[in-house]
Amino acid sequence: MPDLQGFGPMLAVGTLMTVQVALLSTLFGILIGIAVAMMKLSSSRAARIAGDVYTTIVRGVPALVLILLIYFGGVRAVNGLARWLGHSEHVDINAFVAGVFALSLAFGAYATEVFRGAFQAIPKGQIEAARALGMGRWLTFRRVSLPQVWRIALPGLGNIFLVILKETALVSVIGLEELMRKTEYAVGFTRQPFTFFLAAAFIYLALTIVSMLAIQVLERRASRGLEPTGAA
Amino acid sequence: MNLQVMIDSFPALLGGAGLTLQLVGLALVAGFVIALAVALARLARSPFAWMPAYGFVFFFRGTPLLVQIFLVYYGLSQFAAVRASPFWVILREPFWCALIAFSLNTAAYTAEIVRGAIQAVPRGQVEAAKAIGMSRLTRMRRIVLPQALRIGLPAYGNEVILLIKASSLASTVTLLDLTGVARTISSVNYMPVELLSMAALIYLTMTFIVTRAFKLAEHLLSGDRRQPPSLAARPIPGSGAVSPGEAK
Repeated sequence: MPDLQGFGPMLAVGTLMTVQVALLSTLFGILIGIAVAMMKLSSSRAARIAGDVYTTIVRGVPALVLILLIYFGGVRAVNGLARWLGHSEHVDINAFVAGVFALSLAFGAYATEVFRGAFQAIPKGQIEAARALGMGRWLTFRRVSLPQVWRIALPGLGNIFLVILKETALVSVIGLEELMRKTEYAVGFTRQPFTFFLAAAFIYLALTIVSMLAIQVLERRASRGLEPTGAA
Repeated sequence: MNLQVMIDSFPALLGGAGLTLQLVGLALVAGFVIALAVALARLARSPFAWMPAYGFVFFFRGTPLLVQIFLVYYGLSQFAAVRASPFWVILREPFWCALIAFSLNTAAYTAEIVRGAIQAVPRGQVEAAKAIGMSRLTRMRRIVLPQALRIGLPAYGNEVILLIKASSLASTVTLLDLTGVARTISSVNYMPVELLSMAALIYLTMTFIVTRAFKLAEHLLSGDRRQPPSLAARPIPGSGAVSPGEAK
């Protein structure tokens, strides 16, 4: 165990922030993913194009650029609004909000493709049967599609989560005090960059392992009642 | 949005994109060589071979690239032995540090792609090659690797795109890659939204071209597997596979 020279608790606080950002971005990302997947599968041409534009842009641009763009764009938008409302001082936006917003957009773009595949994997006959029983569109979605989509999409969502967990490190660039930022403070004080960046690396590694185990548990839960091989 | 600022910054950003492509290109070559070695070690029976390979892949896939770059660029300078070594002329340069981190990172992801592709080659073919009397190396060279290349190509295309995007982290160690140029200019003219949007547009163009190139490569490499466009266009049955040139 390396000597963290009393910076352990600080790293723990940063780790907690990292986990919060990752979980919140996942929550919003899943909601965005479902919504945009439905747009891409809808019969409206405009909705399909809007969905395509969103996923193409977000998946084709580096997360770092996306985070910076949303942060500075947000600052400009908020200040424009403030000036319009007669406020003359400079307003800063919260790095936490900007970071979660950017990572939610990133998660959502990747999740869209996962959900689209999952919705398409549900046998059409089941939807028709539900409608024949008199279920409305929303009820069919909630009772028939969604529980199965969750099971089919889970492995894909798990992979995205592991990617987003690591990309939270980029939010340190706009000043959010997560694990990476706290590590940089410790490095500044102790002049031991290798020790502390390696410590951070192992904390991320531990988070990855815990996440993988949690995903495994969720996957097992989601497919209970199915044959163990997963074959229908 | 100030369009004039975006247009004026375009040449400088293109210069940055040049460094981005240079970093990505070099890292892909170095990464692929390392990945081949790691993938073969990972498939070996001896635990002295597969365990270090597994650890390498696990570390580089399980930690953020930002941490890896900082470990190489800032971290190594902690040791007096490194600073006194002949490698210091390389290890104090942000360019080489970023390149080392990118190469190792992409090597870990590519190693898994290569391993998966090698394992996806039908076992019967390997057994047949063995039965004919091909040596291990010949089997690899003639039977396994050419097919693994085709199987792994789509996944490798994704990895190339991920690396192009990941290379934006070079800007965090003072390098003037595409993102670095955008950040530097915007710190002077206070127009970050214009510059980052323009940079995003150039990244989009790069990823679009790479996506297309891999689709084309996939198409060219699978000539013998493609269905003819229609029954009418099908050559006379039994005359053999459609040649790649014909199917194009």
